[in-house]
Parts: sequence; structure tokens; C-alpha cells
Amino acid sequence: MKFEDLLHRCFRCGYCKLTDDYDDFNCPPHMKYRFESFSPGGRLWLTRAWLGGDVGTSERFEQILYSCTLCANCVKHCIFPFNEDLVNMFIAAREAVVEAGTLPPAVRDYFKALRVHGNPYKEPAEMRGDWARGLSVPTYDRHEYLLYIGCVGSYDERGRKIARAVARVLNQAGVSFGILGPAELCDGNEARAMGETWLFEELAKKNMALFQARGVKKIVALDPHAYNAFTKEYRKLGADWEVYHYTQILAEKIDVLRPLLKVYPTAVAYHDPCYLGRHNGIYEAPRQILAALPGITLAEMDANRGNALCCGGGGGNFFTDILGGGKDSSARIRIAQAREAGADVLAVCCPQCAKMLDDAGKAENPEKRLEIVDIAELIVRCLRKEETP
Amino acid sequence: MDIYESLCDITGSDYVSRQQEEQYIYSRDSGAQPPRRVDFVVMPGSVEEVQRILILANREGISVTPLGGGFTLSALVVPQKGGIVMDMKRMDRILEVNEISRYALIEAGVSQAALRSYLKKHHPRLQHSTPEAPPTVTVTGNALIQGHGHLTPRYGLNSDMVNGMEVVLATGEICKLGSAAVTGSWYTRGPIPDLPGLFIGWFGTTGVVTKLSLKLYPRPQYRNVVVFSSDDVDAIPEVIFELTQLDLLEDFFLITQEKPDWMNHIFYVVILSAHFKEELAMKKRIYREVAGKIGGGKTVKPVDDLHPALRTRFLDVPPKAAVAADFRKGGGFQYSAAILPFNKVPAAWRKGIEIAHAHGMIASYVHQVLTCHSIMFGFNYSFNRADEADIQAARQAVDESNRFTLDIGGMIWKGEAEAQRLVMKKMDPNTARLIEKIKRAMDPKGVMNPGNWELPQ
Repeated sequence: MKFEDLLHRCFRCGYCKLTDDYDDFNCPPHMKYRFESFSPGGRLWLTRAWLGGDVGTSERFEQILYSCTLCANCVKHCIFPFNEDLVNMFIAAREAVVEAGTLPPAVRDYFKALRVHGNPYKEPAEMRGDWARGLSVPTYDRHEYLLYIGCVGSYDERGRKIARAVARVLNQAGVSFGILGPAELCDGNEARAMGETWLFEELAKKNMALFQARGVKKIVALDPHAYNAFTKEYRKLGADWEVYHYTQILAEKIDVLRPLLKVYPTAVAYHDPCYLGRHNGIYEAPRQILAALPGITLAEMDANRGNALCCGGGGGNFFTDILGGGKDSSARIRIAQAREAGADVLAVCCPQCAKMLDDAGKAENPEKRLEIVDIAELIVRCLRKEETP
Repeated sequence: MDIYESLCDITGSDYVSRQQEEQYIYSRDSGAQPPRRVDFVVMPGSVEEVQRILILANREGISVTPLGGGFTLSALVVPQKGGIVMDMKRMDRILEVNEISRYALIEAGVSQAALRSYLKKHHPRLQHSTPEAPPTVTVTGNALIQGHGHLTPRYGLNSDMVNGMEVVLATGEICKLGSAAVTGSWYTRGPIPDLPGLFIGWFGTTGVVTKLSLKLYPRPQYRNVVVFSSDDVDAIPEVIFELTQLDLLEDFFLITQEKPDWMNHIFYVVILSAHFKEELAMKKRIYREVAGKIGGGKTVKPVDDLHPALRTRFLDVPPKAAVAADFRKGGGFQYSAAILPFNKVPAAWRKGIEIAHAHGMIASYVHQVLTCHSIMFGFNYSFNRADEADIQAARQAVDESNRFTLDIGGMIWKGEAEAQRLVMKKMDPNTARLIEKIKRAMDPKGVMNPGNWELPQ
């Protein structure tokens, strides 16, 4: 197994489970299950035991491996010099499980759907661009940017709404962009996160060939998960495009948008998506947008930026739900944190976070005092009127 | 119902495990002790659940080992005779902070981090004595093993800071100890018979502590560190005596490390705190003056160019002391903790270096002065968890250190099973029998963390 030589160096001291100032536990599976086996250290020790034959393959072991959301809270807070590789170790352990051929059914089904249908929703490729129906969104043809939507934005109902909002706002900001529509492929970030590195590489190579054939130089990603794959993993395979998350582009274009905006008085808490924040260090662009929206006051949660609590959807859990819900799920705790901060709106900029928090809100926030709204959707609400591009 | 089903009935099946993964993790801690069998792990969420588990254990004759943070490094909460590990971390509520009487009432699973953070947010003028351990360890566990914290030199051991507790006896009765037994308020431990003493230092052999009332202390606004260095091992008792004679310090420890060379000296680290800047400056000046006079001015010298990383290391509460586990890129660390009178420190200092070298390690020390009466002398050994021979060497080094400690008249703090056997063997026989009688009275079926504090065979 890759990184096997690091496993024994974990002392299980537990800093990895906390925030910077030790305000609270911040590791989703540990918060949910509470057993030490579900902490980052427990997972590393069990992986070592599994490789050494002291622990056999079991449903529980796989649950412990796959309930991790790869949120990188441990990377940020572990005090040892190997902290940068913690998520890599967890992915390597999953690779080893994939190689051993014993997978949790939900993970197996995800891989199968991706292989057979090209997306985890088992929907036809022709439907990938359906989210854009009725909008003025051209097929990519040497535009400045390729707007890459990804599987969630293409097929999930909530994700599609966000994709539409992003496209509308990019249009208002005068950004030159096009989409691939039915030709778009899965970015593979979640396949890699779940240990199917080979499938990921296959998808990455196909995407790289496609982008090259279309002459893509700059990509705007809707989904931070895709942003992560393109900026980090594709680069290792030779990709050299400029990659942006849509909030980075909109933060740059905020002065173009400003005259179009009306006052929308509301208190907004911002949820940092793990793949944008901890994984890629983008904390300010979304906040710059929110700060520029007239009438909006930022109600920052205590757990923000590098201390943000994951929505629970990372590491493939958005699709597999191995972490699971319930009152101790991180998504529900996150809703409670936003309410405690005095927010009316919990702003997100990741379709996976949006869906996870929406679902959690139904249980944690039944009276709907807190709305989950993507930043692009919030901008749309602030538009005086939409200009036709 | 079998034991597993009964436990599920008590806490819900989400909080019970008899699976290999939990059995593996709870069968060992981060120190060098060999793993031991665990049959079940259970996480109660209330005192009533604890009570039901103990009644069940008594009925079935199965052992129960209560666990807080599980970070003693000497496997004190790894069962010696199998059975149930009762992980208390779900009981994590801070129930009351009485600001005017300066105490906090907490459940047994509250971590050092949680209490510290809560006080910082809601009662910023108060603090509790925080140990050098990682912030995930529990406040209650630390107090029950007679731990010490950053306020210990000023106010005493953390176990001395216990105002009272709620306990579940092995036989299932729930008792309040301290003033709450009489008044319903948790502000003082006496003046009634000192029953918390029946649970402090007993390693869970007499019952399960479910709530703790802990003394809080003023939190001064300003802190600083003054450091002195010396190479005179024989002068250590005198230096400690003189620096503690002033009675103005918050924390005081001795530190050294053979590598790098600039660390290979005796460093006296004095943490000062004050409510006013002038007060802090005055304390700093006084300590420098007093230290400068020890041994005619030749024994210690002030360290004026303290590295910023060391300043952080010294002033952080808690410090990130756990990094020592990776000194050898091995992830393992254990220490033999000797509670010594000051005059025994020079001999221990030399012996610790000798033991470390004999086992192919470099010596590295952090010793905390406990009050102005004794010191926790740590014989520290980091090891490579991937190397069985190295683990054995660490165990051997710890054992040699323990034996040496007892030989020179020291006490072993939170010793592993073998260390306890050494202590019990050396103990006055009537005292050892008294311990046995108390245990039998408190736990007639012998189900509470058996194997600890047992009479030598």
C-alpha cells in the first residue's frame, strides 16, 4: 500500500479531531460514531492492523474507511510532519480495499454506474446538458472559459438549479464561456476518493484529450470537487490549464455586477466547502462576493475557514451515505452552527454541500428558519433585472 | 439476553461494539505496553446507563474498565482481565460553571479542550489547570490519576482541585461526594469525611466517576516565560528550592535534550503570569535577580535569546508535547513518571541518561515541579512502533526506570501493571491489605478494572 511506511507514526494523540483552538471536535465520522476506531488515528491504526493481518476484512472495517469524508480537518490539525499525507493515506487504504476486491455495496454500485453510464445517476449522457435548457448558454467553442458542471450539477435536481444560477450570473458578469453539454464527462474526483484510482485515471485521460481537442485553456468549475481534481490530480498527469472555481471569477467581476444589484437584507453564514477551503486554500473569494451584496451581513460561524465542519458529503459519502445521517451527523451539526451564528441563510458554493445541508435542514431546521442557498442563487436574488446577454 | 444484547438494551446498539475493530483499538494505548483482550466496548450516555451497566456486570461477573481519554500511556484503562471497556466520552456536558465560587461541574467525558474552550468563551476570567497531555484527554480522567497541570506549581495536583463528584458504585448505587451530598451545591470537598479519596488514584477499581466538580482559578491577562540554563546537575535541588521559595510562579519545569547540542543543558523554565503588565515585569525582574544569586551567581545564567518556537512550546496551554512521539519517526512514546523529592533529582538525572544510552536512545527530559515539595521526573523513551525490538527496549527502559525510582525512595506515578506490582510489593503490608479491604468492600465481586492495585501473590 502507498504510504504504508507512515502508518505506524500516528501516535493517536487526537489533535486531528479538533479545530485550531480546540473549540470542538471537527471530524465527521468521529462525531457521529464516537468510538476511537472512527477517528483518523483509529483508522490509521486499523489500516496497519488490516495490512498486518491482525484485523480481517469486514463490513465494519470498510465502514470505518469509507465513512471518512476526506475533509482534511486532520491534515490541518495533526501536529506531526506527515500531516500533509493523511488524506493520501486514507485514499491509499481504500485503493488497497479496491484491489482486494471487497467493497461496500454502495461503493461498488457507484463504480459500476460510473463505468456503465458515465455518471453515478445512471442517466444517459445526452441529458448532461439539460440543466441549461431555456438559458442562453452556448456549447463551448473557443470561449475564454469552459464552464465545467460535473455530475451533480448535471443530474441532481438541486445541483441543476445551482448550475443554472451560476450560468445566469456569469452571463450577467459578461464572462465568455461555453459548456460541453452531452459531451461532458465525469471528472472522476469521487472515484479517486473512493480508491478507484485506475478508473479516475481513465476518466482524467479522456477529459484531457477532450479538452485538448476543443482547445480549452481556462476552466471554471461549478463543483469544488471537480476544481480539486483539475487543479491537483490532473496536473500530476500533465494537464496545464488555468482552473478556477466560479466564485473566483465572480469575485473578480464583482464591480461589473455591482450596478445590477438591489438591496437584499439578510444575515448570511458562509459554509466553506472542504475541497475549496482546506484542500485548496480558497477562503476569501466567496466572502468577497458576499461582502459586496447590498444588504447582506455576514454572520460568520465560529467554525470557519480551516476550522469549517464538513457537510459530510466528501470522500464519496454524498453518493454512498456510509457516514449516515442522524442527530450527530456533521450536516445537522453544521445547520445548528449556522443558526447559532444568527444566520437566516447558509450560503454554499458546492452542489454537494447544498444537497447535504438541505437534507439535514429538513430534520434539524423543520420550521425552515434557515435557508440553504448557493452564492450564485443569492446573487440572482439580488439582481434588479436580468440583462439579456 | 446475553451480555451484548443487554448492553445494547441499555445504551442502544449504536454505542456497543464487540467487533474486532473496536476490540483492537481499545486493547492497546499509545504507549509501549502489549495489547490485552477486550470483549465489549460500551459508551453510556447518562449516569443511569452507567448504573445499569454496573448492575449487569455484577450480575454476570464480567469486568468493567472505565475509560476517559485513554491516554495514560501505561495502559491503565486497557483491561487486564478482559470484559467491558466503558468509554465515557459521550457524557460530555459542562453542567455548571459557578463563576463567583469558581468551580465547574462537568460530566466525566468532558475533554480538556472542551472545558478550556468553554471557559475562554463564557468565563474568560477563569481557567482550570490543564495538563501537558493532548487536549482530547478528559478532565476527570486526569484528576483521577492524580495528574498535574499548568497551575500545579501554584495550586497543587489536579486531584487536589476536586471539589466533589458523583459516582456509581460497583454495586450500582449513585452517590454524591463533597458539599453536594449535603447542600446540593458543589463548591467544596469538605468538611466531611474525604470520600473522593476513595476514587482518586484507584484506577477505576472502586467505582465509576460520572460527574466532577473542579476548582477554577483566576486567569491573569499576561503571561511570560523566563528561562535559565545550567550544566550543574548537582545544583538542581538548590535551584528548584530557591526558585520555588519565591512563590510567584505559575508553572515551572526542567527540560533538556541531548540533540541538538544547544539543547543539551539543563533549562529551568519558569512561567509567570500577572494581572498587570507592571506586575509581570516585576516578577520577571525578581526571578532574574534571585536566580543570579544562586551559587554565588555561577550556577545558572538567563537565556535571553529564546527561540520563538520554544517560547510558544513553553507558553502554549496545553503544549504540543506529543510531538516527542515522532522524534525517531516511530510514533511511539512512553515514560516512567517518578514523583521525587528534589534532592533525588541529580541521581535520577544521571540514571535516566544511562538507561537511555543503554537502549540506544538519546536522553530527553521534561520534568514538572509539582508544588514547592516534589517534582514529576519523566524518564522519557520514544520508540518505533513498527519495530518490535524497539518497543521491547522501551518497555525495558521503563521497567529499569521504575525500579530505580523505587530504589532511591521515589514514587511511581500512573505506573503500568508491572510497576503497580513493584509498588505493592514494596508497600507496607498493612497498607497493602487496607487497599485490598477497601477494594473488596467497594467492589465485592471484583469486577472493577481488576488486576490493578492487587496484593502481591
